[in-house]
Amino acid sequence: MPLMTMLLEVKGLHGAYGESKVLHGLDFVVEEGGVTTLLGANGAGKTTTLRAVSGMIRTQGEILFAGKPIQGMATEAIAGLGIAHVPDGRGTFMELTVEENLRLGAYTRNDKAGVAADLAKMFDLFPRLRERFHQQAGTLSGGEQQMLAIARAMLLGPKLLLLDEPSFGLAPLIVREIFEILGRIVRESGLSILVVEQNASLALAIADRAYLLETGRFVMSGAAEDIRKDETLRKSYLGY
Amino acid sequence: MDGFIHQIISGIASGGIYASVALALVMIYQATHHVNFAQGEMAMFSTYIALTLIQAGLPYWAAFCITVPVSFVIGALIQRVVMEPLSKAPVLASVGVFIGLLLTFNSVAGWIFTYTLKPFPTPFGEGKPLFGGFVSRHELGSTAITLVVLLSIWAFFRFTKLGLAMRAAAFNPVSSRLVGVPVARMLALGWGLAAGIGAIAGMMVAPVIFLDPNMMAGVLLYAFAGALLGGITNPLGAVIGGFIVGIIENLGGAYVVGTELKLTTALFIIVVVLTVKPAGLFGKTLVSRV
Repeated sequence: MPLMTMLLEVKGLHGAYGESKVLHGLDFVVEEGGVTTLLGANGAGKTTTLRAVSGMIRTQGEILFAGKPIQGMATEAIAGLGIAHVPDGRGTFMELTVEENLRLGAYTRNDKAGVAADLAKMFDLFPRLRERFHQQAGTLSGGEQQMLAIARAMLLGPKLLLLDEPSFGLAPLIVREIFEILGRIVRESGLSILVVEQNASLALAIADRAYLLETGRFVMSGAAEDIRKDETLRKSYLGY
Repeated sequence: MDGFIHQIISGIASGGIYASVALALVMIYQATHHVNFAQGEMAMFSTYIALTLIQAGLPYWAAFCITVPVSFVIGALIQRVVMEPLSKAPVLASVGVFIGLLLTFNSVAGWIFTYTLKPFPTPFGEGKPLFGGFVSRHELGSTAITLVVLLSIWAFFRFTKLGLAMRAAAFNPVSSRLVGVPVARMLALGWGLAAGIGAIAGMMVAPVIFLDPNMMAGVLLYAFAGALLGGITNPLGAVIGGFIVGIIENLGGAYVVGTELKLTTALFIIVVVLTVKPAGLFGKTLVSRV
């Protein structure tokens, strides 16, 4: 294996909502500059895994970000380290304008010039956000809200981007557009992404590494390319 | 006719007080979905702090400038110490705590400062009414202060990063944490601001209705009516509602129900709004998917 720096290393991760345990000892890594995807059916624990990384639920086990333990830290502090999280349901601030949503994305930053440059980049990637800049975010379509959510997360200036089902509830055409833009972001910025998806073929197309979750355990992992090529594997685990 | 104009003007003056307290109520309601019934008693307590400072020999404005930040700290501390541990508790627990706070502030004030009515000075001078006798100096001054407070609060929420973060934390705490906003701190800040606004309202109303531990009971009721009338989900609506209630109260008291039954108008407004238009004039009708 080549020498890759691990941006995120998770060891023996257990997570629960109250009494019900959802994650049963997960080990996974996100390489620096790579796209890692967690695949799995509804209820497999994908969203919970992202929430665990962001400190939104109580966990056991070790979570190392850039070599430093972050388990048990407050969510806002984890965001401050450079982990941006697009939550399930997109997390739009519905009552606020698009502009205010984006300004909130840059909440942890004080470099005005850098934020302005990043905002220009986001307008470049998502021209529709420029058109809707002063509009109330709640009036945006689902696809536009997903774009806003990604732009908001990018304005944090993240080292790691957590994406929870970016395709959820969107028309196939919009989904393709969003994944193309994500691919562009990865190529141009070298950002590391951990993306959770039900739509395995989409996720495998942009991912370097994939893990398959079933009821809180990994049943398979490997290079995304290998899984994509292995028809038996795909048919038996991913159903396509 | 002159009397009518005078009633309107003093309605605006007291409306400003209700508007301030209504704004304090809405700020906390938006963040927590609870109405802080103790808001009035906190304001009353702050006014006693101001009176104590003035009696100790401080000039009025010095006492004013100390009372507001002290009230801010008390408000923020209440959120941190009393409300924060209850953030996941059921509604009734919070309501119980609000009533507990109300009774505590009321009794502690009575115990320290006694229940006798005390005059509270106005900083605007006692002199003759202005503008042909329509406006007392205190009415004019307190309305000006109220407007300055309301405008500053609006500008703070509209134009500053901190104000934006506080709004975000109130609307969507989960997403706020994910972008790095310390939500708990924003809540404490909101409580502090509400307490500061309440303190100013208390100091502005005390010269008119005299200071005693029950001073704010009526004011809180009018403010609550104003907040409901304007829409408890809309700060600007609540402010407008506060002014409207002030005018209705004065006109109603002068021409319809008489001064003894004035407070009834507040209750009447509350009942009418809740039955006819529960979202208020400018509020959002809450729709939830099932």
